[in-house]
Amino acid sequence: MSDKIEKVSIIVSKGSLEGIYPALIMANGARAEGIEANLFFTFFGLDAVHKARHEHIKLATVGNPGLHLATWAGGLPGVSTVMTRYLSHKMEELDIPPIPEFVEMIADTGAGLYACQASVDLFGLSKEDFIDQVQDIITVGEFYELAAGGQIIFT
Amino acid sequence: MSTKVYAGTEVPVNDEGFFVEPGQWSEDMAPEIAREAGVGDLTDRHWQVIRFMRAEFAEKGTGPTVRALGKTSGVSVKELYQLFPKGPAKLAARIAGIPKPRGCI
Repeated sequence: MSDKIEKVSIIVSKGSLEGIYPALIMANGARAEGIEANLFFTFFGLDAVHKARHEHIKLATVGNPGLHLATWAGGLPGVSTVMTRYLSHKMEELDIPPIPEFVEMIADTGAGLYACQASVDLFGLSKEDFIDQVQDIITVGEFYELAAGGQIIFT
Repeated sequence: MSTKVYAGTEVPVNDEGFFVEPGQWSEDMAPEIAREAGVGDLTDRHWQVIRFMRAEFAEKGTGPTVRALGKTSGVSVKELYQLFPKGPAKLAARIAGIPKPRGCI
């Protein structure tokens, strides 16, 4: 087996800003290195490819000790919005694209985007709810087939 | 550090094959570097990216990211990956004789 990673399949299971970006950065970075990449969106991670929701992904300000903010303060109305806007502004300065643009760009790099069948059923969604870049809604078995021979990363 | 001979001139390159001294690069070296990097024959579209990389590097001291390339070079992200399948920013930088871009995006 060669030491070089040739293929990664990245599972996106969270719908928060800090839950989605790492997966997108890893997928994009993989393609930039010539590594084959697939993204599999499951549970709340589906919001990243949901037409109506992907522009409104927010930072979790409750239950997020890394913010060093009192839990009650994080729950105040508007705090999540303000913190999200602040972080998005910082990201733009660093040339990190907003989530909708980033997802589109990753699809353009040739990475595969897939939605999880079980989650789609659970939330009562269909293919029309997702951006066009989502190639298919697939089962977990099909995901493993796609991921065969590569590394799997769960986020 | 090692050296390579491109277009009859010996130039120092780093472990990954990137030019140590971008000033030593000339356009007639690009086809040989491209072949070595697995890109094959250079088309006009490749050249548009390579010249853009050189110009950006001359102006800013660093090569552009794929996002910046897609927005400003006149070649879309999709086409960039068709031209340089194993990573446009990295491969175009190597062929253009400039340092490997170090950004995460």
